[in-house]
Amino acid sequence: MRRITRITTVGVASAALALSVTACGGKSSSDAASDSKNPKAALAYDVGGRGDQSFNDAAFAGLQKAEKDLGVKPAEAEPSEGEGDPDKVQRLTELARAGNNPVIGVGFVYASAIAEVAPKYPKTTFGLIDDTSKTGKNIANLVFNEEQGSYLAGVAAAKVTKSNTVGFIGGVETPLIKKFEAGFVQGVKDTNKNVNIKVQYLTQPPDFGGFSKPDLGKAAAQGQLDAGADVIYSAAGLAGTGAIEATAKAKKWAIGVDSDQYAQKGLAPYKEYILTSVTKDVSDSVFNLIKSVKDGKPQSGEVRYGLDKDGVGLSTSNPAYGKLTAVTTAVDKAKADIIAGKIKVKATP
Amino acid sequence: MKKFDKDRLLLGLAGPALALVVAFLLTSVVLLLSGRDPVEPYTLMFENAEFTDVQVLILNQTGTYYLAALAVAIGFRMNLFNIGVDGQYRLAAMLAAVVGASIELPGPLHILLIVLVAMLVGALWSGIAGFLKTTRGVSEVVSTIMLNSIATSLIAWLILPANLGVQPAGSNDLTTGEIAESGWMPGLDVEGGSIYGFTLIAFALGVVYWFVLNRTRFGFDLRATGESESAAQASGVDAKRMVLTAMLISGAVAGLSGMPLLLGQTHTYSLSFPVGVGFTGITIALLGRNNPVGIFFAALLISFLEKTSASLDQYGYEKEIATIMQGLIVISVVVSYELVRQYGLRRQQQKVGEELAAQARKNKEEVAA
Repeated sequence: MRRITRITTVGVASAALALSVTACGGKSSSDAASDSKNPKAALAYDVGGRGDQSFNDAAFAGLQKAEKDLGVKPAEAEPSEGEGDPDKVQRLTELARAGNNPVIGVGFVYASAIAEVAPKYPKTTFGLIDDTSKTGKNIANLVFNEEQGSYLAGVAAAKVTKSNTVGFIGGVETPLIKKFEAGFVQGVKDTNKNVNIKVQYLTQPPDFGGFSKPDLGKAAAQGQLDAGADVIYSAAGLAGTGAIEATAKAKKWAIGVDSDQYAQKGLAPYKEYILTSVTKDVSDSVFNLIKSVKDGKPQSGEVRYGLDKDGVGLSTSNPAYGKLTAVTTAVDKAKADIIAGKIKVKATP
Repeated sequence: MKKFDKDRLLLGLAGPALALVVAFLLTSVVLLLSGRDPVEPYTLMFENAEFTDVQVLILNQTGTYYLAALAVAIGFRMNLFNIGVDGQYRLAAMLAAVVGASIELPGPLHILLIVLVAMLVGALWSGIAGFLKTTRGVSEVVSTIMLNSIATSLIAWLILPANLGVQPAGSNDLTTGEIAESGWMPGLDVEGGSIYGFTLIAFALGVVYWFVLNRTRFGFDLRATGESESAAQASGVDAKRMVLTAMLISGAVAGLSGMPLLLGQTHTYSLSFPVGVGFTGITIALLGRNNPVGIFFAALLISFLEKTSASLDQYGYEKEIATIMQGLIVISVVVSYELVRQYGLRRQQQKVGEELAAQARKNKEEVAA
């Protein structure tokens, strides 16, 4: 008898709780109201969040510009470590519910979440950076030809190296970062076949620490420097700042990524050794999308940014880089060749 | 049958309650020290929990954590510290997704196959640690931590498109391919979303856990071996076999913890499949004192903290507040359980002392009379 009562107690308790949890709330996600007079735009960040001096910060710069130039009210949301799709769905839902338009998922990890949320908010435009696998009427896929910018970095690296050894540090071994590697390696080899390239990835997914832990980047750069590398290109988000620090301290050339890292305050002590950065104009793509929504003509479908539209490129803000004319001429020639279609850059290594 | 003991129940509840209050106060202190409003984050979190979709999210997460915590608890009852639940869960989810995506079977069979594969893989992975412990005496703490890292590398290699993975066109993600619709588990559609079918199975497993541990010979042997291996051995229990069995069951349950999400939502294992579930499971098993009802409420609490804090940063508070609170809960739980245990022990001694004294008095009176 007692056995049954105890089992029932457990069952009744959990069932009652389950029901009360689901039934007590009256509010739901469909109560959203978007306000066209006070436009609001939102970013949902990728791993690392704001302050990574790189990918996420570039997106934030675009949002800031929209705030200043267009009077858009910004909103931001950061991910938690190790979260899954339901959390991303929730984040996007909350941002859309709060009346933000557009809602931009910074990074390919938001692909399935956007595919799920977008149909529920047909009047909201969703931006999806780095992914074209999920499409929809109110989804704008903002993608870049990272391999083209990286190719130019490869040309520059092959030109400035004295030890004939250059390094590539990838944050996390994902297809996206492999695009950076592929372009870089091809650029180096096309320029000088004899240059030895050290390729290293910091972590394997699902450990995304390779995008967020500068100490990993620092150790990897140290290893490549010890192996004789004198130019190191790191495509590793916040972890790349560690690589830049180590390289600059050894007085060797570092190549930055995503944002113009020469111009970043956090990296000011090392900036004279940042030869150039492979820029990926995430900030412009974010700004353009917000503007298009505000103008009433929201972007939709694939919006590709390549070398031709200066969506990717090499930054020239370090005066030391401008003085290396042999390098800049080679880079400019390669750029013209890519745009003209004479050079095809591979997207996989 | 044991008489219902009110004191014991009260003492049992006092531990977690004390821990929660302390953790809550300490978090407020942290907020005060950093110059924030010490109460507003909690109000925001409770307001957030009023949304039906957040409630569904919390409940589904509770299911996942419940399974992970059960896996840990089975080990705990046996005095085994299975830290490898996270690796077992990820590897199981990944391989189950691969198998699920590669074949098509009629509905229930397809789901059953995926679930079986997950259990087998989880059991296999934890079984390595169990085997090492029984044959070579390797501490399961060390081996399971290492197996976590090996699982990470193994998955990273297996998910490459050259091996078992698939890279959808235009995507920068790697997946295991989508499971055909026959392998999707129907959920309970409610306002605000869908409660995964497997979430309900997870709670049902809690009843099974209780029954097996408390009402079967196997459960008795397991608990006995956990209390004292040598004593259990003396009474005829094969302790080594129990270690291996407990490890296998723990791993099989760990393998199940990826199922709610895999069968109910993603239908594929990708680079963005959640990590760290197994570690949260340890917290929950500890907080719930390995008791199926306790674990349920602990899982609900942790999910509540996690999900309702997610949007705090939109109101100018760091969502890490909830992480701090979780950490503080764990510390306070350990401390308060010890305090409550000592208090209970003292009380028991007092009570026994009083009873003995009363008995002695009575005897004396009888003699005098």
